[in-house]
Amino acid sequence: MAGPEIERLIALLAKLPGLGPRSARRAALHLIERREAMLDPLARAMAEAAAKIRICATCGNLDSNSPCSICADPRRDPSVVCVVEGVADLWAIERTASFAGLYHVIGGTLSALDGVGPEDLNIAGLVARAERPETQEIILALSATVDGQTTAHYVADRLDALPEDVRPKLSRLAHGVPVGGELDYLDDGTLTAALKARRPV
Amino acid sequence: MHWSEDGIVLSARKHGESAAIIQLLTRMHGRHAGLVRGGAGRRARGIYQPGNRVTATWRARLEDHLGSYTCELLSSPAAALLDDPARLAGLAAACAMAAAALPERAPHPEVYDTFSALLERLAGDGTVIDWAEAYVRWELSLLAELGYGLDLSACAATGRNDGLAWVSPRSGRAVSLSAGEPYRDKLLPLPAFLLNGAASETPDRAEVIQGLTLTGHFLARHVFAANEQRIPAARQRLAARLGDAPAG
Repeated sequence: MAGPEIERLIALLAKLPGLGPRSARRAALHLIERREAMLDPLARAMAEAAAKIRICATCGNLDSNSPCSICADPRRDPSVVCVVEGVADLWAIERTASFAGLYHVIGGTLSALDGVGPEDLNIAGLVARAERPETQEIILALSATVDGQTTAHYVADRLDALPEDVRPKLSRLAHGVPVGGELDYLDDGTLTAALKARRPV
Repeated sequence: MHWSEDGIVLSARKHGESAAIIQLLTRMHGRHAGLVRGGAGRRARGIYQPGNRVTATWRARLEDHLGSYTCELLSSPAAALLDDPARLAGLAAACAMAAAALPERAPHPEVYDTFSALLERLAGDGTVIDWAEAYVRWELSLLAELGYGLDLSACAATGRNDGLAWVSPRSGRAVSLSAGEPYRDKLLPLPAFLLNGAASETPDRAEVIQGLTLTGHFLARHVFAANEQRIPAARQRLAARLGDAPAG
């Protein structure tokens, strides 16, 4: 139906999240029909991204520089490091504009099912950062799942093993009722966690 | 083909964009996998945490198909354990062991019952020793159901049922203190709470760790090494954590 170049474009687009074969076909057609406005700029942007984007050697974030723009920003507070599973989580926290410290991407969670062990995660880098005198607090912002919290406890154990004079304060995100959440519609687990983490008013 | 039964979530693996392949432990259908449409989505993800209890309906056109599940959450013990490192390690280890060791679609009611008992202990107010003892008993039932049950009823050498203190690492049979003395370096200690008729005895921490070493040895040897696998890392982390956990 179409030339091999178009078929290859469709096949690659179909592998993107949110796209299937039919929507990839529509997207490909949309790009090709708007060659100057869409296809050429997108191709240039992708080539540039592929050439320049790298993993920050300090925190594991994705950026065109290493250290990344967050690690290199002098306005950020280096005394607080927020530990996240992946770059998507880092972006989610950045969207809130409520955290002014630095990040550390550990690259996943311990998983018995997927065979992910501590050596597969960037925990050694975190321990090295924790030992630096400027690090005063580490926030564990890992998922409220069995794997996420198993990883959080493991990381906490590793940091607890540091000598007392260099050990930073450890904290984790609260678990509980989301903004806009009606109690009647919350699952038992969230309600249990919210009750356990209740605060005086 | 379809059936409905209560089950315990052992694992959930994302499949495609929003579906998940989950493994349940059920009483009558054993470890059974199925596809949950939307199971990896934002709303449903919390239901399929390891250890959660669900009422599941499995449907497939043919019996040997993967089939699909529709599930309703019954209770979520996992959520109550997230803050407790040792209990969470116990839950993760039990789920990982069941997922790795049990054959698919073979009913093992005894394993299901002891797993349920373990979940209740994990969610209860008891001490570390309390649920860790239930964990050891669960692994003993796992060994027995898989055909590698330990014979702790009498001494393999003398046939007597008193003074049992060791277990042979090869045969899995108990050995009395006197008969095992010359070989004590090669034998595994038998904690008293695992002896027949000692169900009411409360073990101490050292005995629970001995129990874990005992079951871990035979599971590694018979179940995992035989299939060229290693014992799941979650189980190793549990053993390491119980060595350090506070007694409360």
